[in-house]
Amino acid sequence: MDSVYRALADIVGEDYVSEQTEELFTYSKDLGTSEPRWPEYVAAPKTADEVSRIVEMANEQKLAVVPLGGGMSLAGLALALRGGITLDLKRMDQILELNEQGRYMVVEAGVSHGKVTSYLHKNAPHLMHSEPGAPPAATIGGNLAIHGQGDLAHPYGFNSDMINGLEVVLPTGEICRMGSCALGNQWYTLRPLPDLSLFMGWSGCTGIITKVSLRLFPCKKIQEQDVFVVENENLVPEILFKLTHVGMAEDLVVVSQEIPPPFNRLHYILINLAGDSREELEFKRQLIFDQNLAKYIQEGTGGIGAAGQDIERPVVSKTSDWRKGGGFEYVGAIVPVGFYPEGFRLGVEISARHEIPYTVLGRVVGCGHSMMFSWTYAFNRADNDTVSHARQALHETDERVLEMGGTLWKPAVFGQKLVMDRMDANTREMMKKVKTLLDPNGIMNPGNWEVA
Amino acid sequence: MLQLDFDEKKCLACETRDCLTRCQYMDLDAEAAGTEIQNLINGTDTRVLHDCRTCYACEEYCPMANHPFYLIVSRQEELGIAPLPEPIVKQGIQMGIAFRGDPEIHEVNGPVLNMGVFSPLIRLAQGKLFEGLTLISTDSRKMHHYFCQLMYLHFARTSVIKDRLPKVMATIAAHKPTEVVHFHDECYGTYTSFAPAWGMDVPFSSIHLFEHLYNRLTELRDEIKPLNYKVAYQRPCSSRLSSDKHRFVDKIFDLIGVEHVRRQYRDEDALCCGSTILAQKTPDSRRFCLNQQKKNIEDMKESGAELCIFNCPACMQTIGKQVAENGIMPIWMSDLCRMAIGEQPA
Ligand SMILES: Cc1cc2nc3c(=O)[nH]c(=O)nc-3n(C[C@H](O)[C@H](O)[C@H](O)COP(=O)(O)OP(=O)(O)OC[C@H]3O[C@@H](n4cnc5c(N)ncnc54)[C@H](O)[C@@H]3O)c2cc1C
Ligand code: SF4
Ligand code: SF4
Repeated sequence: MDSVYRALADIVGEDYVSEQTEELFTYSKDLGTSEPRWPEYVAAPKTADEVSRIVEMANEQKLAVVPLGGGMSLAGLALALRGGITLDLKRMDQILELNEQGRYMVVEAGVSHGKVTSYLHKNAPHLMHSEPGAPPAATIGGNLAIHGQGDLAHPYGFNSDMINGLEVVLPTGEICRMGSCALGNQWYTLRPLPDLSLFMGWSGCTGIITKVSLRLFPCKKIQEQDVFVVENENLVPEILFKLTHVGMAEDLVVVSQEIPPPFNRLHYILINLAGDSREELEFKRQLIFDQNLAKYIQEGTGGIGAAGQDIERPVVSKTSDWRKGGGFEYVGAIVPVGFYPEGFRLGVEISARHEIPYTVLGRVVGCGHSMMFSWTYAFNRADNDTVSHARQALHETDERVLEMGGTLWKPAVFGQKLVMDRMDANTREMMKKVKTLLDPNGIMNPGNWEVA
Repeated sequence: MLQLDFDEKKCLACETRDCLTRCQYMDLDAEAAGTEIQNLINGTDTRVLHDCRTCYACEEYCPMANHPFYLIVSRQEELGIAPLPEPIVKQGIQMGIAFRGDPEIHEVNGPVLNMGVFSPLIRLAQGKLFEGLTLISTDSRKMHHYFCQLMYLHFARTSVIKDRLPKVMATIAAHKPTEVVHFHDECYGTYTSFAPAWGMDVPFSSIHLFEHLYNRLTELRDEIKPLNYKVAYQRPCSSRLSSDKHRFVDKIFDLIGVEHVRRQYRDEDALCCGSTILAQKTPDSRRFCLNQQKKNIEDMKESGAELCIFNCPACMQTIGKQVAENGIMPIWMSDLCRMAIGEQPA
C-alpha cells in the first residue's frame, strides 16, 4: 500500500479516501470544455484539523493539493493539473452558528449554497444570503475562492464583499483566522483589522477556506421579478443607470439569447423586487416604471415584459439549460456597465462565427460599479468538434475582453495567462511574493495563477 | 389578397353604434361613435386607434357581426399606431415562431383535442371528459406549429396572423381530424371568426371546449354530484369572438350545481385580465391595469364567489395569483367539471 494513501486514510478514515481509477475518474473532469486531468488521490476531510494534517503531509511529499467544492466553476479550476490530491470538501458542511440580530451565520466552507438557503428558509425566513446562479451544489468556499456574485449583487456587491470572517488552512498547514474571530471574539466583522485579503479570487492557490462568517440580509416576505424589454442594446446602460439610481432592485440581470426565439435580439432586463407587503412592492414599481422608465414606454422603445413573476432560486441556472442536456461553458468578465452594448455585439459575432446560438448575460454588481458579463457557448458533449468550437470561442472571447478593457472573472488557465501577461509588473511581482511566501513548495492548486 | 368582411353600409344604418358606445374604455355617445367609425372606415386617424385597449368586446357588441374590432386592429397596423412598445411587439411576434423542427403527424381519422400552444397544460385534458379524443400538439417543443397566432391582434399585427395561419391550419388538417375540439377559446375564435371574416378557408370543423364539456357532462349526468360552490368566471377576451358559445358557461354551471354569482363585471360586461393593458404605451397603463384588476377581484369578493373559474392560461397567469391572495380559489374550467364527476383536479 502506498504511503500517501496510508497517511490520507489515517487522517480521514478509509471510507473517505480513494486511489481507485473509477473514483478518480469522477474527479478527472468538470462540466466545461477542459481536457480531463487525473488526480492521484482523492480525500474528503471532515474538519479543518484534518485539512491541515493533509496539507502538512503534502508539503513533506511535495504533492499538489487541489481543493474542490461543488466543482461547478466550469473553467477546470478544480482539476488536478499536476496530479496530487484532490480534496473534496463537501463533508465540511456544518452550519455552526446563526446570529439573527447580528445578521450573520458561521458555516463550514464545504456547505452548499442550497443547504444554506434551505436552512435559512426553515430557521430564519426573514434573512437571506446572496445566492449565486450556480446549481445549488456550489459551495460557499468555492464561490468565494473565485469571487462569485449572487442575487444580492446589486445592493451589496460581490459575495466576497459579504463576509465577516474567514478561517483558512494555509499551504503550509497552519490554521489561521481573519476578522474579529482572530481575536477569539465572535465572527461579527472582518474589518477594521489590517487587510489580509489573500484568499478570495485565488482559486485555492493561497490556502483552503474552511470556515466562513456569511453576512445575511433582510429577506422580505414577497419576492418577485419584473421584466423590462428593449431592442436597442445601446439603451441598456442608461436604463441600468436609472434602475441603480432608484436602488430598489435586489438583483438586476440583463439577458439576450438567440433561442428560444422570443429572446433573439431583444434585451430582457430582469428586475428582482422584494417587499413585506403589496404596498411596498407597488411603491417600488411606481418609482421604477411610472417615473424612471415611463419615457421609454411612452416613446415605444422599452416595455414591461412581465410583472410580479415568481422567482425561482438560483436565478441564473434556470436560464442556463434552455437547450436541455447539452454542454456549455462561459467566459465571465467583470466590466463597466457601459460595456453591455459592445459585449452583446461581441457575443453575437463570435457565436455566429462558431455556429453557436448566442447567449449573453450581464449582472449588475454594486450600484452600477461593475457588471459581470458572460458569453456562453453551448456544445454537445458527445461531439468533439462542437467542444473544440466552444473552446476556441472561449479563448477568442478572453482575448477580446482584455483588448476591450475588461477583466476576466474566474478565468481558466488560458485566460489567467492573458491576465498576468497584461498585469502591471509591480503587481505581478507582489503576487509572486505573496504566493512564494504562503506556499513555498508550490503545492496549492498548481498550474493555476502561476506567476513565475 | 385577403379582404375583411366588413360592410360599411351596416354601420351607416346602425342606430346604436354598440361597438363603441358600449366600449368599457372609451366614453362615446352614438354621435361621436358614428364620427369615429367613419374615420375608421376612411382609414384616417381616430382616437379609437390610440385609446383601444384591445379587449375584443366590440366584436361581440356589434349586433350585425360586422367585425369592428378586426377593422380597428388592421387600421392600427396600416397607420403604424401600435398599442404596445416596439420591443414588446417584436417579442410577441417572435414568440410564435416554430422552431426545433417539424412535429410528428399521425393521422387520426377521428375527433381530436387541439392543445394549440398550451401543450404544457396537457394535464388538464385527462379523465372521462376527454375520453375518445386524440390529443394533438402534445410536444411542448413543437407546439408553436399549432399556435393559432391570434394573439397578434393585441399587437396590431393582423398581417402576421394572416401570414402564419394557413400553415397552422394545414398542420392541424394533416392529422385528418373528423372534428377539432379546441382547448383554448382563442383557437376556436380563430377558426370560426377570424379566418372566415378574412375569407380564409378552414379545412376542418371546430367545436368549442365548453360545448364539448357540456355534452360529455350530459352523457355522464348520473355521475354528477352537485358541487354547491359559488363561482365567478373570468371571461377571456377571445371568448368575445365566439359569444354564441358563452351560454355554455351557465349551462355547465347549472349542470354541475354551482352558482354563477351575480356581479357587475359578468358576461358582456366582463373585465379583461389586463395582461395586454399592462405594457401598453398609453401613459399610466400599468396603474390603469392594476385598477382594473382590483375592481374585478373586489367585485368577485363582494359577490361572495368562493372559486374563480379560468379557461385562458394568460388570464390564469395574469390574475390567478391575485385571485388566490384575495381568498378566492382559482381553478380551471376543465378541473371544475372533473370534480363534479368525482375526479381529482389535475
Ligand atoms: C449554470 C451555472 C450558473 C452559474 N452562475 C453563477 C453565478 O450567478 N454567480 C457565480 O458566482 N457563479 C456562477 N457560476 C459559477 C460557479 O459554479 C459558482 O461560482 C460556484 O459557486 C463555484 O463554487 P464551487 O463550490 O462549485 O467551486 P469549485 O468549482 O469546486 O471550485 C472553484 C475554485 O475554488 C477552489 N476552491 C473550492 N473550494 C475551496 C475552498 N474551500 N477554499 C479555497 N479554494 C477552494 C477550487 O480549487 C477551484 O479553483 C455558475 C455556474 C453554473 C454551472
Ligand atoms: S361595427 Fe357594428 S355596432 Fe359598430 S357601428 Fe358598425 S354595425 Fe354598428
Ligand atoms: S376592443 Fe375593447 S377597448 Fe377596443 S374599441 Fe373594442 S371594446 Fe373598446
